[in-house]
Amino acid sequence: MTGSHDAFVAANRFGLGPQAGELAHVSADPRAWLESQLDHSAALPKALKGLPSSSSQVAKFQRARRQKKDLKAMIRAEFIKTYMTEAGQRSLAAIHTTTPFVERLVAFWSNHFTVSVRRPILFGIVGAFEREAIRPHLTGQFSDMLLAAAQHPAMLLYLDNAQSLGPKSRAGRRSNRGLNENLARELLELHTLGVDGGYTQADVRNLAMMITGWGLARPGKDANPGSFLFRKSTHEPGDKTLLGRRYSEAGLAEGEAALRDLARHPATSRHLALKLGRHFIADDPPASAVAHLARVFRESEGNLAVVTRALIQLSEPWEQPLPKLKTPQDLVVSTLRATGFAGNTKRLVKALRLLGQPPWAAPSPAGWPDQAEYWSGPDALLKRIEFATLVADRVGDRLDPRGLSAATIGPVADLDTLRAIERAPSRADGLTLLLTSPEFQRR
Amino acid sequence: MFSRRRLLQGVAGGISAAAMLQPTLSLARLEGERRLAIIILRGGLDGLAALPPHGDPRYRRARGELALDAPGREGGILDLDGFFGLHPNLAPLHSLYRQRELLAIHATAMPYRARSHFDAQDVLENGTNRPGGARDGWLNRALGTLERGNGTGLALGRSVPLILRGRARVASWSPNVLPMPEPTLMAQIEERWRHDPLLGPNLREGLRMRALDQKEMAGGRGLRGLYGPRGFATFAEKAGQMLSEDEGPRVAVMEMGGWDTHANQGREAGRLAKQFTALSDGVSKLNAALGPAWRNTVIIVVSEFGRTISGNGTGGTDHGVAGAAFLFGGAVDGGRVLADWPGLKRRQLYEGRDLRPTLDTRAIFKAVLRDHLGVDVAALEKPVFPESAAVEPLGGLIKV
Repeated sequence: MTGSHDAFVAANRFGLGPQAGELAHVSADPRAWLESQLDHSAALPKALKGLPSSSSQVAKFQRARRQKKDLKAMIRAEFIKTYMTEAGQRSLAAIHTTTPFVERLVAFWSNHFTVSVRRPILFGIVGAFEREAIRPHLTGQFSDMLLAAAQHPAMLLYLDNAQSLGPKSRAGRRSNRGLNENLARELLELHTLGVDGGYTQADVRNLAMMITGWGLARPGKDANPGSFLFRKSTHEPGDKTLLGRRYSEAGLAEGEAALRDLARHPATSRHLALKLGRHFIADDPPASAVAHLARVFRESEGNLAVVTRALIQLSEPWEQPLPKLKTPQDLVVSTLRATGFAGNTKRLVKALRLLGQPPWAAPSPAGWPDQAEYWSGPDALLKRIEFATLVADRVGDRLDPRGLSAATIGPVADLDTLRAIERAPSRADGLTLLLTSPEFQRR
Repeated sequence: MFSRRRLLQGVAGGISAAAMLQPTLSLARLEGERRLAIIILRGGLDGLAALPPHGDPRYRRARGELALDAPGREGGILDLDGFFGLHPNLAPLHSLYRQRELLAIHATAMPYRARSHFDAQDVLENGTNRPGGARDGWLNRALGTLERGNGTGLALGRSVPLILRGRARVASWSPNVLPMPEPTLMAQIEERWRHDPLLGPNLREGLRMRALDQKEMAGGRGLRGLYGPRGFATFAEKAGQMLSEDEGPRVAVMEMGGWDTHANQGREAGRLAKQFTALSDGVSKLNAALGPAWRNTVIIVVSEFGRTISGNGTGGTDHGVAGAAFLFGGAVDGGRVLADWPGLKRRQLYEGRDLRPTLDTRAIFKAVLRDHLGVDVAALEKPVFPESAAVEPLGGLIKV
């Protein structure tokens, strides 16, 4: 036996596509296999050890800027290199992991709290963001992940909060710069309540005021340069109101209290339940499943371990085998897991770029879309076929496409697909047919 | 007609002459001027369409609707020796035959009798008696035994095929565009996506757009065809150019797909005829590009297996056993058909359906390695073709 229908769903929708032998192994108890992975969610994959921390990188950048070094050259030489290393190692971690559900959760939450390499400094710290703000909280409290993401240097730089000044703050009164609403708006619209979550423009502005002062420690002036620092001199003084609730002036604690309240808000639970359902069930997930997840989220006060277990125990994800189109990220990782071929990390990143999903480069703070329409443009589909052809050229004649079909798409494969693979005129052609089959392109 | 005995005598006569005149000093060296190119036809070449035995009284009945017209008729077979002929679209091979630079070989097979593409190609390239018998290729192992073998191999195509893979360093060349599956495979992928409401229509649109794009880019000749049959000429010409260079590679391998003609293969026109045209085109370009190096070159055209004698129910042929191969070039002692013809009567066929193999293809490969590239006789079995002691290299294939 190569695996059951449920094993296929566990290995593909929840996992990252089966490695050799995985499907058979998972078949014993697919749900238990997923749940057991949650116990290991805190362990950092070996591939990601020894990579630079965000604070060291930011401090390096700040020092260089102060010394008026040729920043551009430094960034090109070093930060782009860091990005390539981070991106490559992250892909390797996904390709080799034996806890693929954990890696999928990392990617999901990392995409939820998108930091995209929009400016040079971000190339050097975007990988660290995922390690420092996302990974530690996968099975913790959502509010902790929210705070860790919002206060991370990468997020503060990406959404401009590091430059935001309270207009009436000490620094604000002396400066012609002022408030920046960017992070506050995305915290409400994307990270918590959702666009229809019932907040107003005044709420955006007030939240922005509450998180003024959330910035970065500077080398030579502050302790722990490059890390998060609350700077009282730029914080807007006075009481503020958010969603009808009054928060009295409390410096750093004020914004933190606001975020904890947002994390508990019913609109947040609905928003996150919909996103989870869209990722793990279908592009348009059934309302019943979403409502259930939202209820669990609320009742557990955002305990992500409880929510994730509830997701596994839902019946809906297990009903259809192939509702989702793999993203390029999914496709590349699952292809390399299936073939056991990792190539070098530069090629990996290049393949992702070619297919339209370079690591940490989402087009907007909303992250990569999680619906098939976005990924199925005519040219994008041709690129998928080209990618499969490339891989088949490289490893095609070293693998038996018949055995590999059984071990990957076996439980859900159309008989005609298997027959076409079986009859292919070469191993490479057989592998191309497998990797391009709808059963492999979907999850 | 000729008898089996006559054929074997002729071959044996050649062996001694070649062996005597072979300068002993050159045995372990790849002669600087000697070139070898191998063209692997993937999918299973229909040997009876390429090299029809029109003189066999059973030919017409056995082939049925796939039988080609007799020599001399419009679109008919190009006669070679009164018994065998060539498909009408292989005219360049016919000219080479008349210049005594082409050997046509029939009823040949590697030591593999089942009919799987994967396994047959594996045996053709790994050089052992069985699928999975080695992880490197026999040509690479042969290069490894030569003093100047390292770095002289070249793969043209999207990847280095098994036959050339192994310890000896080889180069590879492919044009700088992303690979698309060749058209037959692409059609299968389209078929698999046809029922997918999202992927199906978008793929069709993508292919339509790209075809338009590339027509403009490539001045009418789509890049999509590069890895299809018509793209073969691009690789063949490049191979000729690179082999002709003084410091260039000496051994090149090319691949050509599209030979798995299960349906509507046609006769003097049609799908298979187009394949032959593309092969001819590539051969002509290769020969022209070789220039003066032609006279030191041997080119082998070979496929993993032949196809059924009779057509199937869909105007095509299914996987068979023995088939045809070609050996040509300025260094080939040609103008002959090399075949111990097994016959087409049902009882003469292999398992009642396929051409019976009477010549182990390794006898050809060994001869070329020994008499052309100067591979040591002792090395032919170990490491090149393990457990092949019974398969003697044929003599007299290479000019002396």
